[in-house]
Amino acid sequence: METIPDHHPTPAAPAQPAAPAGGTETAMLNIEGMTCASCSNFVEKALSRTPGVQRATVNLASEKATIEYLPGQIDRAGLKAAVEQAGYGVHEPVAPASPNVLASDQELDQRKAEAYLKLKRRFRVAVGLAVVIMPLSMLMLWPRMMNLIPTPLLNYVLLVLTLPVLLYSGREFYVSAWNGFRHRTASMDTLIAVGTGAAFLYSLAATVIPHWFMQRGIMPEVYYDTTATIIALILLGKVLESRAKSKTSAAIKALMGLQAKTARLVRDGQEVDVPIEQVVPGDEVVVRPGEKVATDGVLLSGHSAVDESMLTGESLPVEKKEGDHVFGATLNKTGSFRFRVSKVGAETMLAQIVKLVEEAQGSRAPIQQLADKVSAVFVPVVVMIAIVTFVLWFDFAPEATRLPLALVNFVAVLIIACPCALGLATPTAIMVGTGKGAEHGVLIRNAEALEKAEKVTTVLLDKTGTITRGEPSVTDFLPVNGEATDRLLPLLAAVERQSEHPLAEAVVRYADAQGAAALTATAFQALEGRGASATVDGQAILLGNRRLLDEHQVPMTAAAEQAAAQLLDQAKTVLYAAMGGQVVALIGVADTVRDTSVAAIRHLQQQGIEVVMMTGDNPQTAAKVAEQVGIKRYFAEVLPADKAGKVKELQAEGRVVAMVGDGINDAPALAQADIGLAMGGGTDVAMEAAGITLMRSDLQGVVTAIDLSRQTMRTIKQNLFFAFIYNTLGIPIAAGLLFPLTGWLLSPMLAAGAMALSSVSVLTNSLRLRAYKRTA
Amino acid sequence: MDTTQLIVTLAGVGLLVFVGWFFFLAPHRVAAAVSSSAGIQQVDIMVKGGYSPDVIEVERGKPVQLNFYRDEENSCSEELLLPDFNIRRDLAPFKTTAIEFLPQQAGTFAFTCGMHMLRGSLVVK
Repeated sequence: METIPDHHPTPAAPAQPAAPAGGTETAMLNIEGMTCASCSNFVEKALSRTPGVQRATVNLASEKATIEYLPGQIDRAGLKAAVEQAGYGVHEPVAPASPNVLASDQELDQRKAEAYLKLKRRFRVAVGLAVVIMPLSMLMLWPRMMNLIPTPLLNYVLLVLTLPVLLYSGREFYVSAWNGFRHRTASMDTLIAVGTGAAFLYSLAATVIPHWFMQRGIMPEVYYDTTATIIALILLGKVLESRAKSKTSAAIKALMGLQAKTARLVRDGQEVDVPIEQVVPGDEVVVRPGEKVATDGVLLSGHSAVDESMLTGESLPVEKKEGDHVFGATLNKTGSFRFRVSKVGAETMLAQIVKLVEEAQGSRAPIQQLADKVSAVFVPVVVMIAIVTFVLWFDFAPEATRLPLALVNFVAVLIIACPCALGLATPTAIMVGTGKGAEHGVLIRNAEALEKAEKVTTVLLDKTGTITRGEPSVTDFLPVNGEATDRLLPLLAAVERQSEHPLAEAVVRYADAQGAAALTATAFQALEGRGASATVDGQAILLGNRRLLDEHQVPMTAAAEQAAAQLLDQAKTVLYAAMGGQVVALIGVADTVRDTSVAAIRHLQQQGIEVVMMTGDNPQTAAKVAEQVGIKRYFAEVLPADKAGKVKELQAEGRVVAMVGDGINDAPALAQADIGLAMGGGTDVAMEAAGITLMRSDLQGVVTAIDLSRQTMRTIKQNLFFAFIYNTLGIPIAAGLLFPLTGWLLSPMLAAGAMALSSVSVLTNSLRLRAYKRTA
Repeated sequence: MDTTQLIVTLAGVGLLVFVGWFFFLAPHRVAAAVSSSAGIQQVDIMVKGGYSPDVIEVERGKPVQLNFYRDEENSCSEELLLPDFNIRRDLAPFKTTAIEFLPQQAGTFAFTCGMHMLRGSLVVK
């Protein structure tokens, strides 16, 4: 670190190396004009010596300088000047580099589009010329035409027509093959280049020195049509492949495209629209009905229903009120609200989902391993097979035809053996499958998780928070003193509105759902471990447990006793309400089963998967819930520390266990399971331990995850089967193995057509996954 | 077997041996990462029909930045895969794409193109 000012005196003292990192800022400059390592060293030195610069790193390859500087002493313009003084240029991008990872790389997209256009142009030229070359090559089939045009002239015409196909349309193959050759690697381009190159060179020789062939009893046949058609067909394959490939990542592109472009900030009491990049945590943002939520934050005022389907797959809008979290890219439906920005850019939920999906798409599926090993040695091995084919045909075919036959089969072997289908089989299916999962709120961590999920035989569910909502809700409201529910409920709810107890929240939610009028309570008093008291509408109300009533000498009636016994028998918590010294109502509160749980569990069972429940509750409650949702096997009174042990127990029975959980205490069990599914966005710890994260808090996600993994794996297996079969059958046929038996030879042009179709068929098969629909 | 056949056969065998040696027994270009002043291990890799260098040595526990400069437009090298680090990245032609990650375990990890034809390895020490 150099901060010594040499000839530029600075007013401020040189910063201490131990200065807090917060004092410096980092700038990235794109440096132009560097050609060698010494240039980058020079720029680095020049920058390091500039006053105010704490540290500078210059990368030659990326042409970027990363500079840490003290903003009080120098600014971006000053840094730029320092680089220019050293004799190099600074390229300022038109738009400032966005800190937002979601800003899709437009330049890359543009280059891709350009490359695609170029490819199409090359394909058109090849097709246009091949269409002329083909009939001309077949003139020899009509002896009368042959007499009109001398063969040598025709050959020269064909040569002239083939050259553009070779040099323009097919140029890439030869360049790539040559580059690969220099690196001692071989790709499909090598096969195409060697194959078409051999056919062309032979034809060239036959055109230029036909007498050399004739002297040796060989007809100087030309294969210009083969060369041109192979190139045209392979380019067709590439055009189709490139089109299909762009669709495999469509899901993630769609996710990225969901992000809002601007946000309406409240600044100094004024509402201003600013680009999303300028929003920082702490900003206050206004969202109107029908607008997208700009980024993640906490709702400050107002309330609304927000469509979060893009993140969770849940199609019903979610009610949001003060204090609730809102997420960027979700769609505000009904009301308008303000929220305080808590996260921006890469920190947001959407960005994390995108990152997770991207990572999954870059991961390796164990099933791919064989294909990887095969493709690594594939091309050299095929070249060797082609050489053997050539030699065998040359040695064993009749003398007059041995050279053309050897050549044709040599070319056919090279052309048919393209390994693209093999290379595309797994990754494309995984890309579509994981993208599709994200669309449904199922985040798959990696390809291995996808593969494991397919093999699951047992799903272990943690009761609370997965089968049930994980929060108490009112199941019974029983007036016991002849009072009417609609008179009582608003009064009791008014007391509970003041309380922060989870049970009180359950009562408020229930009252709101019933449309009870909102009243105001006065003289509210929370009574620790008992409940609460307050005055509403001039009535003194007690609401709490039995002890609260006993302490206030409220007598229980026979009807109340009976109702309480019934609720307790159903393993429910009972709240007692008293008004004017008399018990007026009993409220049964329990953790209720989610609406979707029964259907999801039944669906899993229909798929042949055993569903097992585990809970910390007593056996009685466990049995009730299990019965309610149709689960036959359950573990009750499981302590959080024993959850992983239960997973092991099932695994010891030889089961492949998927564990579904939602909390930190589930993390060990999630990690122990063959595949862990963290639910409801989950805590970070649970997500970290899980192979799959379900954004939605219901068991339907488990069904989707397992369904999707099964379908994706089925697609991969089909793809691999097609790819292997195609190559293992195609190569011997191309080599002429069937010729002695049936007289069949594979024309190199047919080989090219088959090759072009093979990778396209694998891609199309993968794309079929896009039609995946969630069951139920 | 006539003379021509003999020549073709011998040439074929010679070619077989050459192809096998050339592709399978060839020496690799090894490069060790250069640590920048910021403590990032940087390696510049040229992508042109293959990766050079194709064996990269880095140290464990320090961030790594691999700068892939793709000096061609061929579709073969358009994707880069580093599956052990869950990385799949498009490499733009004639541009440098920086790939950053933190190797936490020692070992040899392959990086390949999208179709696993071009390959290189990352040796974490």
